[in-house]
Amino acid sequence: MPEFREKADVCVVGAGHAGCEAALACARLGFRTVIFTVNIESIAMMPCNPHIGGSSKGHLVREIDALGGEMGKNIDKTFLQSKMLNKSKGPAVHSLRCQADKAEYSRSMRMILESQDNLTIKQAEVCDFLLDEVSGEKKIVGVKILTGGIYECKAVILCTGTYLNARCLCGEAITYTGPNGMQSSTHLSKALENAGIKLRRFKTGTPARMDRRSIDFSKMEEQFGDERVIPFSYETDPEDVQIKQESCYLTYTNEETHDIIRANLDRSPIYAGVIEGTGPRYCPSIEDKVVKFSDKNRHQVFIEPEGRYTNEMYVDGMSSSLPEDVQLAMYRTVPGLENCKIVRNAYAIEYDCIDPGQLHLTLEFKEIKGLFSAGQFNGSSGYEEAAAQGLMAGINAVRGIQGKEQIVLDRSQAYIGVLIDDLVTKENTEPYRMMTSRAEYRLLLRQDNADLRLRKIGYETGLISREQYEYVCEKERQITQEIDRLKNTVIGASREVQEFMVSMGSSPLRTGTSLAEIICRPEFTYEAVAAIDKERRPLEEAVIEQINISIKYEGYIERQIRQVEQFKKLEKRLIPEDICYEDISGIRIEARQKLAKYRPVSIGQASRISGVSPADISVLLVYISSKMK
Amino acid sequence: MKTDTIAAISTAYSESGIGIIRISGEEAFKIADNIFCGKKENFSLENAKTYTMHYGFIVDNGIVIDEVLVSVMRAPGSYTAENVVEINCHGGILILQKIMNLVIRNGARVAEPGEFTKRAFLNGRMDLSEAEAVMDLIKSKNEFALQASVNQLKGSVSSVIKELRSKIIYEIAFIESALDDPENYDTDGYGEKLFGILEEIEEKVEDLISHADDGRILKEGIRTVIIGKPNAGKSSFLNELIGEERAIVTDIAGTTRDVLEENIKLGGISLHIIDTAGIRKTEDTVEKIGVERARKHAKEADLIIYIVDSSVDLDESDEEILEILRDKHFIVLLNKSDLDMAVTERDIKEKLHGFSDFEMMRISALKHRGIEEFEEAVKRLFFRGKVSFNSEVIITSMRHKEALLETAESLSMVNKSIMAGMSEDFYSIDLMNAYAALGKIIGEEVGDDLVNEIFEKFCMGK
Repeated sequence: MPEFREKADVCVVGAGHAGCEAALACARLGFRTVIFTVNIESIAMMPCNPHIGGSSKGHLVREIDALGGEMGKNIDKTFLQSKMLNKSKGPAVHSLRCQADKAEYSRSMRMILESQDNLTIKQAEVCDFLLDEVSGEKKIVGVKILTGGIYECKAVILCTGTYLNARCLCGEAITYTGPNGMQSSTHLSKALENAGIKLRRFKTGTPARMDRRSIDFSKMEEQFGDERVIPFSYETDPEDVQIKQESCYLTYTNEETHDIIRANLDRSPIYAGVIEGTGPRYCPSIEDKVVKFSDKNRHQVFIEPEGRYTNEMYVDGMSSSLPEDVQLAMYRTVPGLENCKIVRNAYAIEYDCIDPGQLHLTLEFKEIKGLFSAGQFNGSSGYEEAAAQGLMAGINAVRGIQGKEQIVLDRSQAYIGVLIDDLVTKENTEPYRMMTSRAEYRLLLRQDNADLRLRKIGYETGLISREQYEYVCEKERQITQEIDRLKNTVIGASREVQEFMVSMGSSPLRTGTSLAEIICRPEFTYEAVAAIDKERRPLEEAVIEQINISIKYEGYIERQIRQVEQFKKLEKRLIPEDICYEDISGIRIEARQKLAKYRPVSIGQASRISGVSPADISVLLVYISSKMK
Repeated sequence: MKTDTIAAISTAYSESGIGIIRISGEEAFKIADNIFCGKKENFSLENAKTYTMHYGFIVDNGIVIDEVLVSVMRAPGSYTAENVVEINCHGGILILQKIMNLVIRNGARVAEPGEFTKRAFLNGRMDLSEAEAVMDLIKSKNEFALQASVNQLKGSVSSVIKELRSKIIYEIAFIESALDDPENYDTDGYGEKLFGILEEIEEKVEDLISHADDGRILKEGIRTVIIGKPNAGKSSFLNELIGEERAIVTDIAGTTRDVLEENIKLGGISLHIIDTAGIRKTEDTVEKIGVERARKHAKEADLIIYIVDSSVDLDESDEEILEILRDKHFIVLLNKSDLDMAVTERDIKEKLHGFSDFEMMRISALKHRGIEEFEEAVKRLFFRGKVSFNSEVIITSMRHKEALLETAESLSMVNKSIMAGMSEDFYSIDLMNAYAALGKIIGEEVGDDLVNEIFEKFCMGK
């Protein structure tokens, strides 16, 4: 076939949530970028649930925003409903979650991509790579598309999502398509294997979409959004997100539903053994829920809008790969869904992905220079997890070309750091989803302080403007200054003060007490002590929020900071890249094999590999110090 | 937060004349000053010159524990190149243990196996050529310690710890599930509920802590196995030693089918006594297993007590027992000496011709006779160094105690948080610490336990 040749700096394969962030980051940093997609209509498509954010995922979106990514801004423009989850809990687990208008989200992101300088969108299936080998080191130099074009480039970012050798299953009906009936990508897997990359197979699933007109909402509980919506992005004007929100609806499965499922399990591809891929436990199909939690006589089902200009409703909580006739029967046992009409059936999807142990923490392949990957291809799941990786892969791909130091966020800096470290360092046997419990320093990694944590890094990478960065610096200054003032302002036990204390349901002061100590009492907040704080100057809401958290949870935060200091000590002790674990007989064989497989960069990372004991780490330390001298 | 100053008993655990406890790290002087009372008033090790030795007392809450000599070595002129204090005390195991506990309470932590050497190496005190040897030492010491830790733990204790851990991880999993899927799991009133659950767990942890010192957690002491034919009076003898009816004593031969274990202190020496089923040829399968077990225990024993029913003649079964005794340290007790004697010392000596030296005496468990003589015999063997402790056990018990204290501290933090009205996400972190600390005792890491528990016990997934 005759070929044509194009030149670019970075090629991004796939235009889902990872691909979009990766491509935007590269282009915004001034590099000529081409983003490939098998179908241009599928840019930033949300083929599964209609949310952005949620517990811990909301944190990721905030972090992406703080680093200069697009996801937060895009959802702020296209959401239908917004809720801050866990508001009754500590600030560390407050999580923002939006219902998205899927079509709008996708359209809006496509517009951002289309109007981005240096960025070209190309509808094509990438089918092969061009590799170069310089003194034993493999290096990527381009990609090839199915229609015969070659794109020479310096870096490639693979964001193929669930498209590689995808197979969709709905009972006995099997189609070889990607998500949502899209064309799958069938050539790249082979090219990857030829390049020495090891693939594996994961699966995930999605529930049915129904015609709104066939649902009886009067039998369900209506679920509203928050009265006052908080935007995801630090750039969004809060007034712009106070829109008229759409409702969701809650209903439940019942024993009848479960009976139908049980009676038809033999027709489920999972239970019949047709599915090869490993599915996620956190997002079980309704079949799994009924089988594994047989003591539960009902499960929640949320009916959620897919968009403002469509009748389709998403049946959250009931994903399935049962045949469509069984799906119809089971959905129709749910109150409110008695007469439901399925627009799109539920299905399970299997796809090729990698064991991310093959990657550096920078998301570059250890064995192929310039080749990066992000998103579901790395064995994660979720739009937010994908976007976060895409952004980091984009940043590092560019820095690799520039010969600049790579950027790796550590576990004490960001959920993104936890996500990537977990993927790259730990044995993952199922699609990985973020959870707040995975972040050991979560009291520090809050969604409310993502800007304070990460704006500086965003500025240094070039995705955050000087103005944005200085804004955060000023915010930080105001917080510190005000906390300092509160700690040093002592309130005497005057009659006026004592009356105020009692009126607030608190006990009177015994001696002079600092304002900070008063705020620390459960009955008070920064705002609530205004009456006895004469020198107060007006501050922004976001500043006040930080002051309240810092003072009220000081003890807990201090403890985590000390833990982080310990953690950092081990992270800073680097392991020489050329270390040969086979030589270290003092390390147990199992641990030696694991270390050789993951090749950790630091002692800290090594200690997180399962099967590596503290004694192995001691031996490793002795070995390294004996080689360094 | 603990400082990174380490301590260990660095002499062998026997009833030798002297024992040394070594403390190394930045806080070594400060910790030693807390417990050391010098002869001169206001004396402080912190201000003492390097390479000096000081006379004084180790004092706990005003009570003198031992008269000691303390040497001071300042960084970098010490084995580890850190500040080092060595407490030379009187070698009794009890005293060493007491002082060591005191050191830990004052902020040091129990050294990991091989840690002094590791530090010495990392701080450049050793030749590079020794790296290989250092690594091997760390590896072998750790393997041994791990084995000791698991082997020495009483089965009942390890099952209690497992049970506590599974309770704790369940609660964490509930909290985390609720945080992850708040629309599905409700935490209303959960704090009070957890408070109750914790009370029970804390009680058990406290129980373990209080027993950590008296050896009821570990199979601590000289492994002493009682063997003999059925109805020779093994259980009666054990009861006599313990002073309570623990073993089942009947006149029917073969009652002790399970192996009974007990820790006792005899004249200041710890014995971990294992009472076995009687050894005889048997067709009864249950008893067969018991006999097999007795044989196995005898093989691993430091000391065997062979109880002979001196009122009946020796037979084939005695021959079998004698085979077990070969190459072992043992004491022969001629029991039922209050009855007419069918077997005398001479008969036994004839049978044991060519065996390594042993002790023999007459007793009557029933009439409480001969127990003091037995005690004397054990002491003789011990002080002559014929039998000794497995030294790893004491260190193990200290590590266990340290882990238990850590557990208790974490649990009390949880309580404090609940009382202060903090939400679940704060105290689940301390619950996790408690879970991890308990895991150290049974040699289990945290790994993916939480994630697995969440998915196993709680239905997630909107």
